[in-house]
Amino acid sequence: MENLEIKYLSTDILIAGGGTAGCYAALKLAEKATKHIMIVEKANIKRSGCLAAGVNALNAYITKGRTPDFYVDYAERDAEGIARGDLLLTMSERLNECAADLEKLGLVILKNADGSYAERGTRNIKINGENIKPILAVAVYERPNIKVYNHVNIIDFIVVGNRIYGAAAVDVHKPILYIIKASAVLCATGGAAGLYRPNNPGFSRHKMWYPPFNTGAGMAAGMRNGAEMTTLEMRFIALRCKDTIAPTGTIAQGVGAKQINSYGEVYETKYGISTPNRLYGTVVENAAGKGPCFLKTVGISDEQELDLKKAYLNMAPSQTLKWIEQGSPQERNVEIEGTEPYIVGGHAAAGFWISTDRHTTIRGLFAAGDTAGGCPQKYVTGAMAEADIAAMGIMEYLSSAADNKTEIDYHKYGEQYKQQEEHFLNVADKEFCVQDLEEAMQKIMDDYAGGIKTGYKYNEAGLSIAGKEIDKLCLLTDELPARSMHELTFIHELKDRLYICRFLIEHLKARKETRWHSFAENADYPDKDDVFKEYINSRIEDGEIKIIHRPIVKRGVRYEHNYQ
Amino acid sequence: MSITINKDLCIGCGRCSEICPGTLIELTEQHKAIMIYPRDCWGCASCLKECPTGAVSFFLGPDMGGRGAVMHAKKTGSITQWIITKADGIPVVLETDSRAANKY
Ligand SMILES: Cc1cc2nc3c(=O)[nH]c(=O)nc-3n(C[C@H](O)[C@H](O)[C@H](O)COP(=O)(O)OP(=O)(O)OC[C@H]3O[C@@H](n4cnc5c(N)ncnc54)[C@H](O)[C@@H]3O)c2cc1C
Ligand code: SF4
Ligand code: SF4
Repeated sequence: MENLEIKYLSTDILIAGGGTAGCYAALKLAEKATKHIMIVEKANIKRSGCLAAGVNALNAYITKGRTPDFYVDYAERDAEGIARGDLLLTMSERLNECAADLEKLGLVILKNADGSYAERGTRNIKINGENIKPILAVAVYERPNIKVYNHVNIIDFIVVGNRIYGAAAVDVHKPILYIIKASAVLCATGGAAGLYRPNNPGFSRHKMWYPPFNTGAGMAAGMRNGAEMTTLEMRFIALRCKDTIAPTGTIAQGVGAKQINSYGEVYETKYGISTPNRLYGTVVENAAGKGPCFLKTVGISDEQELDLKKAYLNMAPSQTLKWIEQGSPQERNVEIEGTEPYIVGGHAAAGFWISTDRHTTIRGLFAAGDTAGGCPQKYVTGAMAEADIAAMGIMEYLSSAADNKTEIDYHKYGEQYKQQEEHFLNVADKEFCVQDLEEAMQKIMDDYAGGIKTGYKYNEAGLSIAGKEIDKLCLLTDELPARSMHELTFIHELKDRLYICRFLIEHLKARKETRWHSFAENADYPDKDDVFKEYINSRIEDGEIKIIHRPIVKRGVRYEHNYQ
Repeated sequence: MSITINKDLCIGCGRCSEICPGTLIELTEQHKAIMIYPRDCWGCASCLKECPTGAVSFFLGPDMGGRGAVMHAKKTGSITQWIITKADGIPVVLETDSRAANKY
């Protein structure tokens, strides 16, 4: 019999996930207040989440002569109107401050002769992003009122009467269950990868764009506890270098490489330049038998090639290795492909439905970064901007709401979670393991819910099958055995992914139009229909997923929830 | 896409296992690091950059075109040397400097 020790911890503010948003929120809170702040991170904040390998540029910045409204216009247009103006504007107003903060912490930003930042296009600035995560982590450790727990995996939020009281977590190595008491919680666990069958389903199955270790844990915990979610149907699918799934923008913007098909025709101008359409063009060319598709790099100079190889070492080193092993970009055009779909609120608009101050519909639970919905094109600086706004919201909540809280018995929760977790550690072996069910989930989503296999298209008949099959897998997960604490984490990752799949399927069904090619390509309704110029939201109610339609929120408005 | 660890070079400092964003590397009782989940590697190269002795080798899985080349990293101050040894034994060395911004 494997027993878990229960440790009871207490803090004022709990930050679930020490990634970009989590670390920056902790820093901002530590600046503002003497409160106790606790970061709980499943890996190690020095290299966890999206920033682990390094990033290429700061993709969200208000460049010279432009205004925050310029950025909001762009993001709204790219999302075909399904974005929150209030969230985008409050984020855009803070982007440059966040970039300046990163520079103060030690990030290298390329400068022009006059000392201004060197821009790339109209919204980016050039950096060395290899060590961006260690830089944030060092700053966090310098703050005495931030306590960091690394290698501790959050498995649930403790919610009573639609108010947050803390979280339950398990250690990734040691047999310890943590019950964490907190007055406010920031959910910053990132988006969800690994829902669909990936590009490399065999040995390199985790060579995906989004971190395979971000499994949507915080979103799933919120959903289970009744939080309202938004726009999950706006999946994000990246156009990437084949096999390595490395970014294409660096090549396209860096050396001006055009997208061409195997006949050498430049096709990118045919389909429009919005984020979904760049991908869609490649899907259509392939379907028409004109693939494979490439970025035309043959003929670039020696210097350009060396700069590309170095830039990729700073963010996606497997691409440089591939060039050296298989042929350089000077000799071979770089083949491109679409990835499997992800749920990512920092690129698309899927995530928690939040107020302007980033409060979810659960009182005291805030969200920022890739978990937060309604605010696409956030990227690094946008995730930080949201973290800052959420930090302010948390301070306000703590000063106004503390007296409304009832006392709860944390020991009751301790015993309940202990029983639940020890079950997995002691159940007998089964015919199948976590990985088998994960593959089954990815196959169902790929076949019936618009994966790579169908060129991202789906229809109602397929989605209904997907829903039923995912439900069956959910039941099987209760009987999975965990032979170590790490395997226990794997079981939670799978459960969270399945839960998100279930919601995602209902969202895909509910948007009966095709507003974004590939991201939500509904074969029953191939055209855009402005009846659906609204948000599709969802919430669990009596065990059923309820779809909620909400009107568009414009910039300048301060949106608040109507708590019952 | 994954890594292997050279037992003879590993001094058991535990830095790779501490840093991996997927917690995929463990230290044995003999104080040697082992990659327990080779199929779960994201390819972020964090372990590679963290290892003080160059014991970690980074390679592309055959399913993504890997044909035997391995990559090592050696950090000295702000400079990282990336040493790529192809299947034919010929090494290629590239250097990045954390004080220099990307041109692209
Ligand atoms: C490969 C890649 C390259 C990118 N390149 C760029 C770029 O060049 N420029 C740019 O501006 N943007 C880039 N982005 C986007 C940007 O990095 C993200 O939008 C941003 O970092 C998201 O921040 P976040 O805090 O929401 O997520 P993350 O930084 O991923 O943080 C989530 C954290 O939560 C932790 N976590 C997850 N589950 C749990 C759990 N159950 N318990 C405890 N902790 C948990 C994770 O380990 C992680 O540390 C890139 C993204 C990716 C994936
Ligand atoms: S490359 Fe990254 S994901 Fe792979 S083992 Fe090393 S640290 Fe872990
Ligand atoms: S970092 Fe290198 S030396 Fe240290 S334990 Fe890992 S492989 Fe061994």
